[in-house]
Amino acid sequence: MERKPFAITLDPGSSLANHTGNWRTMRPVYRDHLPPCNHACPAGENVQGWLYYAEEGDYERAWRVLTNDNPFPAIHGRVCYHPCETACNRGQLDEAVGIHAVERFLGDYAIQQGWRIEPGPPSGKKVLIVGAGPSGLSAAFHLARFGHAVTIYEAGPKPGGMMRFGIPRYRLPREVLDAEVARVEAMGVTIHLNRRVEDLEADIKNGGFHATFLAIGAHLSKRVEIPGRDVGRILDALSFLKSVETGEPPKIGRRVAIYGGGNTAIDAARTAKRLGAEEAVIVYRRDREHMPAHDFEVEEALEEGVLTKWLRTIRQIDEGGTLTVEVMELDKQGYPRPTGRFETLEADSVILALGQEVDTRFLRKVPGIEISDDGVIQVDETMMTGRTGIFAGGDMVPAERTVTVATGHGKKAARHIDAYLRGVRYVKPPGNPLATFDRLNTWYYTDAPHIHQPYLDRVRRQTTFDEVVLGLDESTALLEARRCLSCGMCFECDNCYGMCPDNAIIKLGPGKKYRIDYDYCKGCGICAEECPCGAIEMEKEIR
Amino acid sequence: MHYQRVKYYQTGTFTVGNRLLDESNRTVQARMDRTNSLNSGHRACQGCGEALGARYAIDAAMRAVDNQLVAVNATGCLEVFSSPYPESAWQIPWLHSLFGNAPAVASGVAAALRAKGKDHIRVVGQGGDGATVDIGFGCLSGMFERNDDVLYICYDNEAYMNTGVQRSGSTPPRAWTNTTPAVGPSPGNPMGVGKNVPRIAMAHGIPYVATASVADLHDLEAKVFKAMGIHGARYIHIHVPCPLGWKSDPAHTIKVARMAIESGLFPLFEAEYGRVTDRTSIRRKVPVERYLELQGRFAHLFGDPPDTEAIRAIQAIADANIDMYGLLSEEGQRGT
Amino acid sequence: MKQQIEGSQAIAQIVARCRPEVIAAYPISPQTHIVEALARLVKAGEIGRCQYLNVESEFAALSALIGASATGARAYTATTSQGLLFMAEAVYNAAGLGLPIVMTIANRALGAPINIWNDHSDSMALRDAGWIQFYAEDNQEAVDLHALAFRVAEELSCPAMVCVDGYVLTHAYEPVDVPEQADVDAYLPPYEPVQVLDPDDPVTIGAMVGPEAYAEVRYLMHHKHIKALEAIPRLGTELSEQFGRPSGRLVDPYRIEEADTVILALGSVNGTIKDAVDDLRDEGWPVGAVKLGVYRPFPAHALRRVVQDAKRVIVVEKDLAIGHGGIVSSEVKMALKGLPIVVETVIAGLGGRPIPKASIVRTVKAAFLEGLEEPHFLDLKWEVVNKELRRQEERRRSGPTAANILRETGPFGVRVL
Repeated sequence: MERKPFAITLDPGSSLANHTGNWRTMRPVYRDHLPPCNHACPAGENVQGWLYYAEEGDYERAWRVLTNDNPFPAIHGRVCYHPCETACNRGQLDEAVGIHAVERFLGDYAIQQGWRIEPGPPSGKKVLIVGAGPSGLSAAFHLARFGHAVTIYEAGPKPGGMMRFGIPRYRLPREVLDAEVARVEAMGVTIHLNRRVEDLEADIKNGGFHATFLAIGAHLSKRVEIPGRDVGRILDALSFLKSVETGEPPKIGRRVAIYGGGNTAIDAARTAKRLGAEEAVIVYRRDREHMPAHDFEVEEALEEGVLTKWLRTIRQIDEGGTLTVEVMELDKQGYPRPTGRFETLEADSVILALGQEVDTRFLRKVPGIEISDDGVIQVDETMMTGRTGIFAGGDMVPAERTVTVATGHGKKAARHIDAYLRGVRYVKPPGNPLATFDRLNTWYYTDAPHIHQPYLDRVRRQTTFDEVVLGLDESTALLEARRCLSCGMCFECDNCYGMCPDNAIIKLGPGKKYRIDYDYCKGCGICAEECPCGAIEMEKEIR
Repeated sequence: MHYQRVKYYQTGTFTVGNRLLDESNRTVQARMDRTNSLNSGHRACQGCGEALGARYAIDAAMRAVDNQLVAVNATGCLEVFSSPYPESAWQIPWLHSLFGNAPAVASGVAAALRAKGKDHIRVVGQGGDGATVDIGFGCLSGMFERNDDVLYICYDNEAYMNTGVQRSGSTPPRAWTNTTPAVGPSPGNPMGVGKNVPRIAMAHGIPYVATASVADLHDLEAKVFKAMGIHGARYIHIHVPCPLGWKSDPAHTIKVARMAIESGLFPLFEAEYGRVTDRTSIRRKVPVERYLELQGRFAHLFGDPPDTEAIRAIQAIADANIDMYGLLSEEGQRGT
Repeated sequence: MKQQIEGSQAIAQIVARCRPEVIAAYPISPQTHIVEALARLVKAGEIGRCQYLNVESEFAALSALIGASATGARAYTATTSQGLLFMAEAVYNAAGLGLPIVMTIANRALGAPINIWNDHSDSMALRDAGWIQFYAEDNQEAVDLHALAFRVAEELSCPAMVCVDGYVLTHAYEPVDVPEQADVDAYLPPYEPVQVLDPDDPVTIGAMVGPEAYAEVRYLMHHKHIKALEAIPRLGTELSEQFGRPSGRLVDPYRIEEADTVILALGSVNGTIKDAVDDLRDEGWPVGAVKLGVYRPFPAHALRRVVQDAKRVIVVEKDLAIGHGGIVSSEVKMALKGLPIVVETVIAGLGGRPIPKASIVRTVKAAFLEGLEEPHFLDLKWEVVNKELRRQEERRRSGPTAANILRETGPFGVRVL
């Protein structure tokens, strides 16, 4: 139309000339927040990040994001105590996302698919790792990705450390462990088995290593003085579990008492049950509520018929297997106090599960390495010991002793070792603020109850070492992944794009998220209010 | 309104888009190629529910008819903020005539298109509650009665906002406006007044009547699509919060609308030929206070002491809606 | 071909032959016969795909046509009196939007008191809305003016009213030649709008315009009317060539030569006036007449040219600007400003009051002999008025004036007609 009437007839969309952005007193900005799962993960996994791809069914990409931080998802999906799920905001809505189950699915799927990870371009640097447990293997994996040549000296007959000799196979089938370790070896990592390090400095020198990572774990069982304890069949839990693993289980008899309240005690009791013990009784000085063992493991043990004697301390072990136990009571702080009342308990053998210590003997002669009174190695914030070029991690250093913490140490140490080898210092990028529950607009999430993993039937659990907790299949793993709220991280739900009354959000396309067009954004704040995951903040406009 | 139920897809169909859903379950508003029929640069207030509702409805209608759409707009906020000389925010052929005649103008457009053999071009009439419920009501009723091929959309923000917040026939009981001030023994709009135009529309026996809300985009779009698939007179009444007139936080526009649904005060339903055929159930029922307390126009109900009698009376309205439309039924649950 | 036909039927026929695409109307006497006839023709499929909307009010009728016209359709309605006032807002709106709608006004008085008979109060009330206003003297002219109205309106994008005296013309049977379809088609091309609601070329029509441009928009409307003063005679000449009858004259003089006094009027009363002129001329009075064929735009220059040699213009008008007097005469005075011409106002024919030839003759003579009071109310019953005024002075609650007058003048319809 050339002869449009003046003023009363206007051209379409000509309002673009009117920049309403100058009305704004507050401006929305996209700001990633740290999901609580990521925050809680000892291995530093980007949980939300890999769930994002799992939600789409892009399992390989999910697995690759996951293994950026943790090379052992199949293992961790089984044995990690998943602090991520404790932290998961969805727990405040209905039930936490079963992150471990999805992780396990991804790990198993990767093994099945034979997915591999390539090492980085060779750096020409050689690193020695002492110990092929989770920490050492994790460090090896990450160092290999940095392109360093990694050699592991492992004292034991097989790699895996505590994952093999501390965790029973009904929790971690060995083919899973072997597969994930093999994948690290396939990256060019050399593992020397039955290779105990006696003279560290000589080994470093002879091998021409540029850096060293110590990760020998804590394999010595703690001892306790019990009168008469030399009488009868008394075992320590680690040796017991290790002997089962090496195929030489000891005779433990019909009635077994397990002394201790940690996860190792539970593992020992459940293993005893599987070896044919009619009675496996856990004796612990406090009550169930105060056990360090995880509740779900206690529950599984109880389901399998493991018995418990709470608030009992073994005072004496008589010949013939009669235990004298003292009844304890808890004070207000939860500490056990003797009551002076005694009972007896019959046991053919007693398994002590009272904790582990680090075997530091070979380090005492290495100058600069500092060993604290409780027998652990002191390291600085880069995980380096007092000796330049020698780093340490895992159960050897002061930290919670779990496979996941050790795996995290391996990553952290690898980053610092890499920096050290390049003559720089690794500085962790500043973290995002925590994505707390109150940032979420939970209205938008569908009501989706947690999918529980199936269990092996009880009879088989009591008689075999078959894996107890079964995995999710693809469809159920997919649905569980989709329960993720993506706390603090934009997942492209289009709410901001769709709900802006001023069309001031520009959608950049799948995977590219959005841009705010501040020419038109009036700063109403609907986008921030209606963002399900709290990834938009309103800031004061400064002109 | 029933559309495909989608379970376990993180946000299902509650969010505007959802990368996990197939195309057919995403909204028009999630599309990169949406028409933005009402463009940026319009002069609506911050957080304007009407601007949002209009873009939602017209973009959906555009998509439903392959952009072969003409809109007629009554005088009011929507008209004023979208088309002040020299700039128009409309990207579609759009005509504004008067405050009280939009339905008739739309009838005329439809008649002209029919006369010209261009029936494939469809007509939407639209206006606020003042234009619809009050001043344009005669024309609306005539358009309905003749069953003219027009979809008329009322964006209901429950008062005359353009003129500075005066009471309309759609102003809810007890709400403050500048002509129902919050003074005297029974402050605000009286109880027991007002006009339920969706029900009156139904009484005309027209093919389609629906209510919708800016707080439920999937539901709204599905209704617009359905309406555009029908010929004859159709009516959609969309609840659009007004931060200015409701004295609510502009950021709370969607939330306020959501609370209206979840409390039962704004029932979402559909009717065909005078009969209610479907309803969208309440997902998480809330007492009416959750809706009222977000709005300064009801602040006088929450004084010291609170006006419990008024709140009870408003709750009774919500309860009656819930009962009348079966708003707690399983069947009407939205696609979660 | 001439046929003896009711004015409304003839108007319906010419409207139909103008090929309207949308007709919307609301019934009101004395417009009903026109729209009934059109409804019948539409329903019978005799006007192509034309749509007839039975709307719920005159406001809706014109509103629907605003929509139709903006969509590019030729649009028509007819109304009168209260109906015109009821659509008043839309009347202004259609002009402001520049939509060339054509509307027949079957001129009728305005209430209260409610009165269905003819005068020009209704169209005069809307004279400044921006519509072109034609006034027909007889039904032949009424017919021809509809074709002209569509042509002029569409060329200028400006709506037009064809004012036809209610009952006097609409219900009168006269010999009328309604042009054949082929002739109408030859004269009136299909409507080519300057703007249209089109999804392929979207525009925003009906913007809000503030102080920065409103005056210009209004001036441009005024400018269309200035252009109409040129367009109407030109297109009228074209029509004359097609139909073989003169048409489109802004002012139409009758025995004006050497007239000392000119009687000026709108519409059907011109027939009576011409008879009066003949009688007066026969008696030797130097009297002529001028018919205003178009009242909006006001043809000031044409009028000035025609009457410049006269000494007196007597405006006979069927309306009353209450509190002022003559509407038409006021504009005539402005048009003749500076000329030594006396303009007299004769208010006549209100609410259907007959305007007998004798009254005109008497009034013209009075003007010659003693001059007229300003304004002069033709055949006003002063005895009735004065009696009522006295009653009102005596008692505040004197009762309804109309009822009182009716009591005075006798039963309905007996002494009035």
